[in-house]
Amino acid sequence: MESLTNRKKVVSDKPMTLWEKAYLPAIISGMITTMRHMFRKRKTIKYPEETREFAPVYRGQHVLKRDEQGRENCTACGLCAVACPAEAITMTAAERERGEEKLYREEKYAATYEINMLRCIFCGLCEEACPKEAIFLTDRLVPTFFERDNFIYGKDKLVETLDERIDITKRQHTGKRTQL
Amino acid sequence: MDTALLIEKSILVLLLFLVSLGAAAYMTYFERKLAAWIQDRVGPDRAGPFGILQPIADGVKMFLKEDFIPAKADKWLFIIGPGIAMFTALITSAVIPWGPKLHLFGRDITLQVADINIGILYVFGVISIGVYGIMIGGWASNNKYSLYGAIRASSQMISYELAMGVSAITIVLLSGSLSLNDIVAQQSGVWNIVYQPVAFLIFFICALAELNRAPFDLPECESELVGGYHTEYSSMKLGLYLFAEYTSMFVSSAIMSILFFGGYNFPGMSHFSGNTLAILGIAAFATKIFLFIFVIMWIRWTIPRFRFDQLMHLGWKSLLPLSLINLLVTGLVIAFKNGWF
Repeated sequence: MESLTNRKKVVSDKPMTLWEKAYLPAIISGMITTMRHMFRKRKTIKYPEETREFAPVYRGQHVLKRDEQGRENCTACGLCAVACPAEAITMTAAERERGEEKLYREEKYAATYEINMLRCIFCGLCEEACPKEAIFLTDRLVPTFFERDNFIYGKDKLVETLDERIDITKRQHTGKRTQL
Repeated sequence: MDTALLIEKSILVLLLFLVSLGAAAYMTYFERKLAAWIQDRVGPDRAGPFGILQPIADGVKMFLKEDFIPAKADKWLFIIGPGIAMFTALITSAVIPWGPKLHLFGRDITLQVADINIGILYVFGVISIGVYGIMIGGWASNNKYSLYGAIRASSQMISYELAMGVSAITIVLLSGSLSLNDIVAQQSGVWNIVYQPVAFLIFFICALAELNRAPFDLPECESELVGGYHTEYSSMKLGLYLFAEYTSMFVSSAIMSILFFGGYNFPGMSHFSGNTLAILGIAAFATKIFLFIFVIMWIRWTIPRFRFDQLMHLGWKSLLPLSLINLLVTGLVIAFKNGWF
């Protein structure tokens, strides 16, 4: 069969020539190679001081977004919880009272919203399911704890604070089906 | 006996002891750094600036580890094994001339612990004892991998000592003396490497085998024998074995520079005299030793290990005949020059 690539190599077990049997030429050429490597640029990233850059589509800890006026986007529709293959998301819905218009964008909101980070597989399906652009995965890492309870993230950890908005522009249009 | 001489020699011995141990400790650091550089890495850099405190941290770690002796091991021999290895590695340095005479406090101080007239024989004798440390350690562990390692070490050392000895004899023929001091003194003009490149090559290869260094590190090859002869060793006993290896690497680098690269001689040394000459000579000798250590490490991180049959083949069928022919040719040339024909 004609080979499709030029990577094919015919293997033979012919006896070594005297030049090859002397070992030394091969050893010296090998030593030149290693000497060249000695002056190459190091590939190491010195971790605690430097960190590797994340891919733009990295899926880390979730964030519950607020809109431009600082109102929570989430309406507790439950689509994310239904989409979640790991069943990590639970929530309870509540109705917005008069005077809370500054807090919640629509008439219904999530009174509690919990993600179990031990169950979560960071697939990003919740983000994809969300019709209100309320939940996004970010490039932040979920830290480790000694107690299991600490991995259940409530609204206190998930909702972004007003003075510290979290940038999700990198994930806003990735992996989404194009709107028809 | 002269008390001043006693004090002088004691100080020299203590100094040598500390220098060999310090050199061995920092060789471990240098080896790791070099390995890292060859593999495009950074190497140890956490302990102190550039990681220069790493050997100290390693030493502390070694001492704090559990010192374990297997239940079925021969306890006495198990303890004495690493001791012998370390002892033989250290006492070789006694006959090495480290530099020209130093003039201090109105005395001429020879930088050599013992100028015995059979220096080379002493070195070879001690090197042969060196295998006992490994043999006894491997035997006493009562473990098949350790025993395999010990057997490999002893057969390898016996095989390579022959070619090594024969190439050393060529140097003795050339200089007409067994004293290392005389051999160095005779190389003040032209170094022996110019007359004996083949002997040097054989000696260097055999030295690698004697040191159990790659590509001849079969007695402790991890991929076949777990750890070889020191499989069962832990804590500072293991540390002593590893340390002995580095110390003997230091000492044999010194011996190679004495026999073939003129010891403390350096080009243009006739322009200096007195203590300046002594210090420059020591510096030249240290540089040569460092270069040898560098090359030995460089080889380790370049070449894969030999197979055991290849090792034996190389030792008995290539190096030994080659060194014998070299000896014969050298002898004939010397005889011809002296007008024996």
